[in-house]
Amino acid sequence: MSELIVKEKEIVVPGEELANGMDFLPGDGTYREGEVIKANKLGLAVVDGRAIKIVPVSGAYLPKRGDTIIGKVMDITYSGWIINTNCAYKAMLSLKDATSDFIAKGADLTKYYSFGDLVVANIYNVTSQNLIDLTLKGPGLKKLTGGRIINVTATKIPRIIGKSGSMISMIKDATKCQIIVGQNGVIWVDGEPKNEIIAVDTIKKIESNAHKSGLTDEISKHLEEAMKGE
Amino acid sequence: MNENAKKHICNYLEKGVRYDGRKLTDFREVVIETGVSGSAEGSARVKIGGTEVIAGVKMAVEKPYPDTPNEGVLMVGVELLPLSSPEFESGPPNIKAIELARVVDRGIRESKSFDNKKLCIVEGEKVWAVMIDICTINDEGGLLDCSGLAAIAAIQDARFPKYEDGVVDYKTKTDKGLPMSKIPIPVTVIKIGNNFIVDPISDEEKVIDARLTVTSIENGSICALQKGGDSALSLDDVKTMVEIGLEKAKELRKHLKVK
Amino acid sequence: MYKKRFDGRDWDETRPIEAKVGIIKRANGSAMFKIGDTIAYASVFGPRELYPRFLQNPERGLLRCNYNMMPFSGSGDRVRPGPNRRSKEISMVTQKALLPVLNLEAYPNAVVDVFIEFPQTDAGSRCAGICAASLALADAGISMKDLVAAVAVGKVDDKIVVDLNYNEEAYDHVEGGVEGAPVADIPLAIVPSTGEISLLQMDGEISKEELFEAIEAGKKSSKKIAEVLRKALKDKFTGDTNE
Repeated sequence: MSELIVKEKEIVVPGEELANGMDFLPGDGTYREGEVIKANKLGLAVVDGRAIKIVPVSGAYLPKRGDTIIGKVMDITYSGWIINTNCAYKAMLSLKDATSDFIAKGADLTKYYSFGDLVVANIYNVTSQNLIDLTLKGPGLKKLTGGRIINVTATKIPRIIGKSGSMISMIKDATKCQIIVGQNGVIWVDGEPKNEIIAVDTIKKIESNAHKSGLTDEISKHLEEAMKGE
Repeated sequence: MNENAKKHICNYLEKGVRYDGRKLTDFREVVIETGVSGSAEGSARVKIGGTEVIAGVKMAVEKPYPDTPNEGVLMVGVELLPLSSPEFESGPPNIKAIELARVVDRGIRESKSFDNKKLCIVEGEKVWAVMIDICTINDEGGLLDCSGLAAIAAIQDARFPKYEDGVVDYKTKTDKGLPMSKIPIPVTVIKIGNNFIVDPISDEEKVIDARLTVTSIENGSICALQKGGDSALSLDDVKTMVEIGLEKAKELRKHLKVK
Repeated sequence: MYKKRFDGRDWDETRPIEAKVGIIKRANGSAMFKIGDTIAYASVFGPRELYPRFLQNPERGLLRCNYNMMPFSGSGDRVRPGPNRRSKEISMVTQKALLPVLNLEAYPNAVVDVFIEFPQTDAGSRCAGICAASLALADAGISMKDLVAAVAVGKVDDKIVVDLNYNEEAYDHVEGGVEGAPVADIPLAIVPSTGEISLLQMDGEISKEELFEAIEAGKKSSKKIAEVLRKALKDKFTGDTNE
């Protein structure tokens, strides 16, 4: 009785019917209306066993526990730093999570992180109101110096990273740039100016073509061509 | 201002390259399209790279100002539409919009590129009031120069509506346009560290030390200047920036249709 | 008598429609919706932080809509920049037209801002704005049950028409010294999958039966418009992106 209406990896729009019948389960980005499962986001329909979900192709970042993000220090209070995470919700980095150093009461907090500083931090808690708790204690978490920042659509980050980091490693190796990718769509690149430009260009190319197949080969070729000129 | 970001950009500029790969005094691609609004008497859409604005000309018959009874009125307005950037808020024009409008306006007015006496219908009673409104559509930096080009292109596209028996018929356009004797082009030159660039992208706009908008006409005469930014300029800086402004205006002028 | 439409269309035919998505790169989502000579641009920013704080709602995000005409977009005189009573009312009904399909519980304390602007208009602007806003919201990845399709229907003389243009709205018919009934102008917004009405306004004069006939015509039309909207969203991905 149940039938799949949509094709795997098809682009679907909000309200579009994906499947008919109770055998299918509504996953992320979908909802059930009676017997029918419909999309509630613009994205790619993915069938995973009996579940149908939508992989969104756009959308502002929504914070998730465990995500590593890149943020900017916006404000300093007596209990810590307020970090802008490029989404609708503020993040708090409290004294105890900022450093293993003992920070005396009334100490000058700008000595650690100052206004405008960029940090790579980990989200260890998201409240029901989407307020974010960050920590800078952990491997790879730190203040960033130098480098440049680009913003991409957060939903494209998995594609930019690639399977087991294969895509981003390819770019790092080819351009000899340090690259740190935040799940919130903020990416930090540091290297020689000409190489940074190629890395940024490549990342933007992946962002616009994320929904296409054969991307890895295309990007590999693109990097080869671009670096030849260097 | 973020010192880190500024240092990184200066590093690029000292090596002769911008964040988007351009040379220091390269403009992004300029695209001008006229006649984009059927309800305006004249209009133009200008894109410089990803930055886009639309300018529209509206004409009305009004009473002249008492001190210029035989002159019409020409004025430029700018709206930084919240639609075009997350940084623009709804509300009355802020100082950025006001400055932009006044600089573009001054370039056109003070160069006397348009004879306001030609706008007179009945001395002391009726004159044409020409309003040029520039609306931003997408802000990726460099709005001033983009607006300057759009205003000129819209004026060149404008045609008077039919005016008979004291009534303006907006549905019928005449062949009569607004001939400009000179084409003033504003070019904003930006100083970051010891480097001079034109056509900034948003990242660059955030780290400028100072800027100088140079509006010039075909024969190389300067008809308007505006210095902005928090830092002061040396005389040598000004000389360099004026040179760049004049040279770039020549290039930009080529994008406008020649009558 | 209004025997034939000024532009030769069928009574239930809309003007030619063009829709494009993703035209304003600085926005999270954006779209252009053109119907006849009315062009609407819409930009969506959000979910983003909401100020002032007292507007924040811990149960759901806030939807804010702003309808504005560019000064050169009116049919005659210049439109003075800035909000006025008409644009504020239209902003409000636009917000109400879009709310039923949006799943704002996904964005507690945040705001989704929609800005609608017009470079040129020829009647039907609020409906065009709602269509553009629907597209921009979907383009921005906002969680929504369905799109919203809007069109103005009405009665000109004795004919029920779909998608009135400016000349029809202004139609003033006098026959045999008797003034005809004022044109009925009915802006309508429909949720395509359920047929529910999220915008309904009317001015002019119309009988009860004719009103419902007009709404039926509007519903039919909105289904076709919804098809155009869906295609515009999908077209964004089938084109060649040059990056």
